[in-house]
Amino acid sequence: MADERFDVIVVGAGPAGTAAAYTIAKAGLKVALIERGEFPGAKNIFGGVLYRKQLEDLIPEFWKEAPLERTIIEQRLWVLGEDNTFQVAFRDGRFQDPPNCWTGLRVKFDQWFASKAEQAGAVPIYETVVTELLRDVHRVVGVRTDRVDGDLYANIVIIADGVNSLLGKSLMVHREWNPDQVSLAVKEVISLPKQTIQDRFNLEDNEGCTIELIGQMSKMAGLGFLYTNKDTLSLGVGVMVSDLQKKRVKPYEVLDSIKRHPMISRLIQGGEVKEYSGHLIPEGGFDSIPPLAGDGWMICGDAAQMVNAVHREGTNLAVTSGRLAGETAIAAHLRGDFSFGTLDDYNTAIRASFVHKDLKKYRGVHSLLGFGDSEKLFDKLPESLNEAIYQMLLVDGVPKKDKQKMAMRLLRDAAGGNLDLLRLGIKGWRAMNG
Amino acid sequence: MLHIVVCIKQVPDSREIRIDPKTNTLIRQGVPAIVNYYDLHGLEEALRIKDEFGARVTVITMGPPSAEKALCQCVSMGADEGVLVSDRAFAGADTLATSYVLALTIQKAEDTWGPVDMIFCGKQTLDGDTGQVGPGIACRLDMDQLTYVELFESLDIEKQEVVVRRHLEDGVERVRARLPVLITALDILNRPRRASLPGVLRAARYKPIVWTTNDFSNLDRSKIGLKGSPTIVSKTWVPEPKQVNTEYVDSANVVAAATDLLNRLYATELPQKLGWS
Repeated sequence: MADERFDVIVVGAGPAGTAAAYTIAKAGLKVALIERGEFPGAKNIFGGVLYRKQLEDLIPEFWKEAPLERTIIEQRLWVLGEDNTFQVAFRDGRFQDPPNCWTGLRVKFDQWFASKAEQAGAVPIYETVVTELLRDVHRVVGVRTDRVDGDLYANIVIIADGVNSLLGKSLMVHREWNPDQVSLAVKEVISLPKQTIQDRFNLEDNEGCTIELIGQMSKMAGLGFLYTNKDTLSLGVGVMVSDLQKKRVKPYEVLDSIKRHPMISRLIQGGEVKEYSGHLIPEGGFDSIPPLAGDGWMICGDAAQMVNAVHREGTNLAVTSGRLAGETAIAAHLRGDFSFGTLDDYNTAIRASFVHKDLKKYRGVHSLLGFGDSEKLFDKLPESLNEAIYQMLLVDGVPKKDKQKMAMRLLRDAAGGNLDLLRLGIKGWRAMNG
Repeated sequence: MLHIVVCIKQVPDSREIRIDPKTNTLIRQGVPAIVNYYDLHGLEEALRIKDEFGARVTVITMGPPSAEKALCQCVSMGADEGVLVSDRAFAGADTLATSYVLALTIQKAEDTWGPVDMIFCGKQTLDGDTGQVGPGIACRLDMDQLTYVELFESLDIEKQEVVVRRHLEDGVERVRARLPVLITALDILNRPRRASLPGVLRAARYKPIVWTTNDFSNLDRSKIGLKGSPTIVSKTWVPEPKQVNTEYVDSANVVAAATDLLNRLYATELPQKLGWS
């Protein structure tokens, strides 16, 4: 056992844990930041987009020193057919200043973010695995690590150990996953010369572009993405684990097929794969958020299922939940009370924040990911949409009115009839509008 | 109490090193820095002596300010103090200049914390690969040197003696030597420990001692840095990878595969070379 006692122990130096540790350290409390990776970021991955607002609340003008890749000025959505693509894009120079979001790489960013927490006074304990929570009857009083003399005590433990939260499970607030509550994302970082990237994506200097991909995910519910970094591209797909099970497809096979798509292959041509990574993403949304606090503990970030799958926001929610947990810990310290009664203020703060509101808005989205509907939405409809547009744009002497009918028929058939098309439409509308 | 000095170097992680095909030099940018692998084995042996007999373990290194991190890692494992010798004037040193500065540092450590009984170094560094700095320090301090040590057999404090086994090209050598000695460690000497939690906590707040050129009163400036380094790199090149033919033994069961493998081996000159009958 370490002789030293801490006010707070934070488990996990991802965005949630680091935000908590930073907040607490700045208030002058004694906080330990424990991370299992060799350094923060070593084991963390995300798609690759970081937003300004939530981090700025924590560290004003952080982007002037943080290791970010490119400022995103253009966002594209591509609906992929087998060898065709329906594309929508929006570009606006105003996204440059003030910057709205950036592409980033977690290996660099998380290291930097944690270094800010360290500078603020958080004590780093890296390459260290927390094996269990130490309890006094039902109260959490510290953690046991895998090091010699590895017990460490504190008034509060903040759990930010990620999507597969082992500590959450040990508190029984986190059940084993159902395959339809979680998707598996795989991602490659592909290196290309800076100039090549700028030419291929029509960018200058530090301008960046994101492409979200739908369709052609081996007939599964899933989304893909292609993001521009400084001298690499991040290409990935996320598919529901339940679909992978049923279709008996391996995640890298989905990524490989996307890489072969004629629209994608020319963008990544000549690139060298530098990194391959995989990660679980909680998709259960609002309805799978666990109890957020108890006697001596709080839970935040992925560990608390805080991911907005629709808007590809996870880091945001993590940072905000970490900050709110940190602020609650400071208040508890001042009050000298670390029981559920005080720490539940964190729950209240989350409810008042965008985290809760956004997740609530999209609580219905999860139902779209069920088998059957998902195949229609993510595979058949994109394919038919492309075909319908092809027919509309092809000038071959067929009257436009007939063409329009043909296009509608294609979509209807893909949905499984008029009624189903209407039902999917309403369901989708409701899910998105909350 | 025994006083043991361990010399370490922060080096780029050789597992992640690549060579620039144009300049034939190491690409150091973006490569994580680690404590030279062999040095950790030297430190571990020092810490084992500390655990058994009680000792003061001082870790020293010469390098840029970022090398503080390497010293903190040593402190987390159990070293008592870390000294960073850092100054722009030391930059560009070859093994001759490096061993000069490290010898001076050890003398200063003696003045500060008492006479040194043992010095541990790694057998060589991962980036320079010369294996000259350890012996260089021993010569400058006029101390006996035991290089390529694979086993630390015993230490007799009363007799002021150590017995070690050296790993040589054509066998091993068991040597008895009187303290003080300098030992260079092989990686088979021991298995470096993982820091305890109290060790990690201490290291998290530890600030190494930094000595610059101003801290050495007897420093000869013509012997340090680039000026004190007669080594000239005349050419570097990347050796062509050797072509190796691989054959796969593919059989239905283990016995058939082994038989097949043996038959193929005996069809070559290898058994003769190895003296198999």
